[in-house]
Amino acid sequence: MIRFILNRLLMALPTVVIVSITVFALIRFIPGDPAALMLGDMATPDQVAGMRTELGLDKSMPEQFLVWSGNVLTGDFGRSIVNDEPVLPLVVSRFMVSAEIVIIAVVLASLIAVPAGMIAAWRQNSWTDLVLVGTATVLLSIPTFWLGLLLLLFFGLKLGWLPVLGYVSIGDNVVGGLLYLVLPIMTLVIHEAGVLIRMARASTLEVLRLDYITHARAKGLSESAVLWKHAFKNAFGPTWTMIGLILGNLLGGIAVIETVFTIPGLGRLMVDSIFQRDYPVIQGCLLFVALSYVVVNLIVDLLYPLFDPRVVAE
Amino acid sequence: MKRFTLNGMIGGVLVSILLIVAAIGLFWTPFDPMKLSFTARLAAPGAPHLLGTDEFGRDVLSRLMIGARASVWIGCLTVGFAVVVGTLIGLISGYARGWIDGIIMAINNALLAFPGILLALGLLAVFGANAYGIIFALGIAYTPSMARVVRGAVLSLREREFVEASKIMGNGEIYTMLRHILPNCLAPITVLATSMFGWAILSESALSFLGLGVPPPAPTWGNMLAAGRPFIEQAVWLGLFPGLCIALTLLGINLLGDALRDKLDPRMRGLK
Repeated sequence: MIRFILNRLLMALPTVVIVSITVFALIRFIPGDPAALMLGDMATPDQVAGMRTELGLDKSMPEQFLVWSGNVLTGDFGRSIVNDEPVLPLVVSRFMVSAEIVIIAVVLASLIAVPAGMIAAWRQNSWTDLVLVGTATVLLSIPTFWLGLLLLLFFGLKLGWLPVLGYVSIGDNVVGGLLYLVLPIMTLVIHEAGVLIRMARASTLEVLRLDYITHARAKGLSESAVLWKHAFKNAFGPTWTMIGLILGNLLGGIAVIETVFTIPGLGRLMVDSIFQRDYPVIQGCLLFVALSYVVVNLIVDLLYPLFDPRVVAE
Repeated sequence: MKRFTLNGMIGGVLVSILLIVAAIGLFWTPFDPMKLSFTARLAAPGAPHLLGTDEFGRDVLSRLMIGARASVWIGCLTVGFAVVVGTLIGLISGYARGWIDGIIMAINNALLAFPGILLALGLLAVFGANAYGIIFALGIAYTPSMARVVRGAVLSLREREFVEASKIMGNGEIYTMLRHILPNCLAPITVLATSMFGWAILSESALSFLGLGVPPPAPTWGNMLAAGRPFIEQAVWLGLFPGLCIALTLLGINLLGDALRDKLDPRMRGLK
């Protein structure tokens, strides 16, 4: 077990290093001189040269990378060009907003989709299956930003049940905060449930063909015992991995949802920084999301043996 | 089995409609998609504007047709990029093995560690927000998945007897790779490329919706949704039709992709 954990941790290490190099290199590839950009059009060549030294841009690339990664490791992600705020606290506070929505949505979607997918597999080729898979395929084909817009139009504008614009933190006002979260979460749940129903169905189908299921049935166990006690454990593994991937993907792709519902989350921060060419913030967002994706997948991997202890033995 | 082929047919029909509409949009649209008309602002669907007009009085149907064209060619070029580059990397990596494979795959997996659209967003910051920026950004973002799939296929194929036979017959490495290994990778490449076409269209519309895609006034489904958003209360059609186009296109591609996977992926045979 300890070897399994160490192994997974070691496997994540090169990924982290290469992800950091990629993020670092990506920002250096952006055309234009960051120093000149930061100072604006009116800067003299001397000022630009001074800024380059200050930013460390006059050093060689490997040197710059070492300095940069050293800073990142001590929690110094630099400062925003636009408003001189330190990047890390900014990214973290926006991340909290996004994470709240994404985590609640993924948990709810899993609670709905996993049983639904398993029932579809259990009733394979019946009308239940047809309706569930058909619905799932339609749901996952609807882009989240359009679905969000439609829900906003219906519940916000036509019925007037839910607020349309703005955002209130749950920390400040629990009921008000929740009201603002209902629609974005509902949008994500509907979309992700589509993905997860199909995944849960496919992995359950694979398991239901196995001999031990036939054996369990031959023993005279009830169908519900076969499905929930015997099939579930093996079938849930791939779905669990998928849940991890969705969680990470949503953190990266939440910008559209945050745009529809005007939520000040990490995705919106990233897009706004791209518009404003605020490179330290873009860099911070990229690195933070990519690293949290690695961490989420690592946690998912480490918890995997709870459902399927065989992976530890391999 | 039967209803999955029916699904495949529905998918095929939806994708064909997309391609036909995009092709017609190359030569003809009912109205000039860029022509402003202040007398016809926010006109409801009906004659003469079948799907209504937008806030500048431009014909929505014509703009949707041009948008279909944009989606199709951005999708095709993106997938083309990922297929060509990804297949090349996958072939080299899977065939060379050893340290070359090790290095390529380490970089590949690190790129895969960027969730979904995030890498594309970062790359867009480099390339700039326009049609070509999107194609390169999404193409590069999708290349690692293609490389991984091709490499996996090559690794299992290169141990097979027919590859051995080709070498014994005196064929060179590159000839064997292109003549015997590559054709056998086509099935997984096709399945993945079909899904990618869907991802590309979705991501392009999402990026355009964010304002990071094809800049207005050129219409794409994504930027039409974004532009129509402030008006959806008075003009529901502005929020309805572009999204419907994206959703139906994705549904078609997903259904077609499922059918292809059932047909081409031997592991799935007998499962469904």
